[in-house]
Amino acid sequence: MTERIEKVANIARLELTDKEKSTLEKDLDNILDSFKKLEKIKTDNTEPTFQPVEVKNIMRKDTIEKSLKQKDALKNAKETEDGYFKGPKAI
Amino acid sequence: MQYSKMSASDFIKESKQGNIDAKDFYSKFFEETEKIQKKYNHFVTISKKDAKKEIDKLDKKTKLTGLPISVKDNICTKGIQSTAGSKILKGYIPPFDATSISRGKQEGSIIIGKTVQDEFGFGTFSTYSAYGIPKNPIDTTRSCGGSSGGAGGFTKAIDMPHIAIGESTGGSISCPAAFCGVVGLTPTYGRVSRYGLIDYANSLDKIGPMAKTVKDTALMLSIISGNDPLDQTSIQDKTEDFTKYTGRDIKGLKIGIPKEYFNNIDQDIEKKVRSAIDKLEELGAETVEISLPTTEYAIPAYYIIATVEASTNLAKYSGMRYGAQDDPKGHFTEYFSTVRGKYLGDEAKRRVILGTYARMAGYRDQYYLKALKVRTKIIEDFKKAFNKVDVLAAPTMPMVAPRFSEIEKLTPVETYAMDNLTVGPNLAGIPMISVPCGTSKEMPVGLHLLGNHLQEGKIIQVADAFERR
Repeated sequence: MTERIEKVANIARLELTDKEKSTLEKDLDNILDSFKKLEKIKTDNTEPTFQPVEVKNIMRKDTIEKSLKQKDALKNAKETEDGYFKGPKAI
Repeated sequence: MQYSKMSASDFIKESKQGNIDAKDFYSKFFEETEKIQKKYNHFVTISKKDAKKEIDKLDKKTKLTGLPISVKDNICTKGIQSTAGSKILKGYIPPFDATSISRGKQEGSIIIGKTVQDEFGFGTFSTYSAYGIPKNPIDTTRSCGGSSGGAGGFTKAIDMPHIAIGESTGGSISCPAAFCGVVGLTPTYGRVSRYGLIDYANSLDKIGPMAKTVKDTALMLSIISGNDPLDQTSIQDKTEDFTKYTGRDIKGLKIGIPKEYFNNIDQDIEKKVRSAIDKLEELGAETVEISLPTTEYAIPAYYIIATVEASTNLAKYSGMRYGAQDDPKGHFTEYFSTVRGKYLGDEAKRRVILGTYARMAGYRDQYYLKALKVRTKIIEDFKKAFNKVDVLAAPTMPMVAPRFSEIEKLTPVETYAMDNLTVGPNLAGIPMISVPCGTSKEMPVGLHLLGNHLQEGKIIQVADAFERR
């Protein structure tokens, strides 16, 4: 029953308990059902809006500016090595 | 010096004249704040020590000259924990200030603390906070609203000059302003830089002020707005002095009343808002009924767009670099999933699942793309309306602040429906202000004034005239 939620949770990298899975399965059904309303409105000739206020593409000068010090950027990390963030194994 | 009933604008006047002893003022301010915190839990962090350092180097020539500011916890403050209401960011101390914060600091504002909110802004009642639920100072069995609940509650509770910096994605400034009986100003999308804001949904998030008076919100908007190269969606317009729109009359202004915004609302709310609109007529405005036919589609469109964006934004919380971090053992997929499962709250999980689903191959066109097209239709509705009128007037929320016992019984679908009157304007990125217009069941009611893009001046003008009625 919860296959769909497991698939979505896997994409989202989210570990869920069995109880959470069944609650979310039910919630997702109810929410998507309430969204069906959108089928009623015709949008065939309508463009999507990604940004509500139009903005122009702006270029900045390619110059070196002050930025966060490496020490400050790493301050919140528990695991660091040689000035890098350290994470879990990727391979 | 008596600080009770003193507005932020009056405080600045007195402070400039050297009539405020900053040390005395702040000792009283923190005494009051701590009392309020014990009773109502409006703060995640009270930053008394950091404030003290700022007081010592206060410059009297600045525009805010020592004014106390509370900041919603999703806005980064250098050296002060910023969690966005989430356990996954517990202990995160930003090494930089958000632009809105640095602009305030440059003008001599002093941060007194970080206010409680729904986790990442995911909520209407601030009940999804990982740092305790803020209580409405008018009735502690009721919600402050959300997601800027702590900001709204504290603004109401503190009887001293203060301005709150809140943030709205789908109504998170207007809702708590209405529920707590204060003023909340949500600017045009892009008017205030989002640099340093812990994102919920990038195409919707807007930082804005909350205060006891319209003029105080206008004052703070003047400080924090204006183009910022650090936010590529920041609009090019320079800031202006928005307080100049206060103290004006509203004779001849055209105010549209969107009829759909009175469907399915509490009858007494309708009565109070209709009588506020009568008052606007008495003050010389012309009112006309208009229609926003896409109103009923705003909730689904909003929840799809917002959760899609949120689900990508939350991908960065993986138990590395900052915030909650466990021992990074095993493969990264396993570690990230475990950490996220452990530290994200229920509503955050729900929205990540919903948003991820709505942008998955096979569903993207049906949900996400459809919602973005409906958003275009909603914007067109507003644009048509603003061809005819200057400002729109409606209720802010369909009911007064609900009791926690009532909130517990709501399903997610029922909770989302509560945002019916605020998500449309937020999807359109238009400015809005909620101003108190009486009470119902002894709880405050909000009048919502909406303006066209970049027309903050007009809504401030109408709200201020109404406030002085």
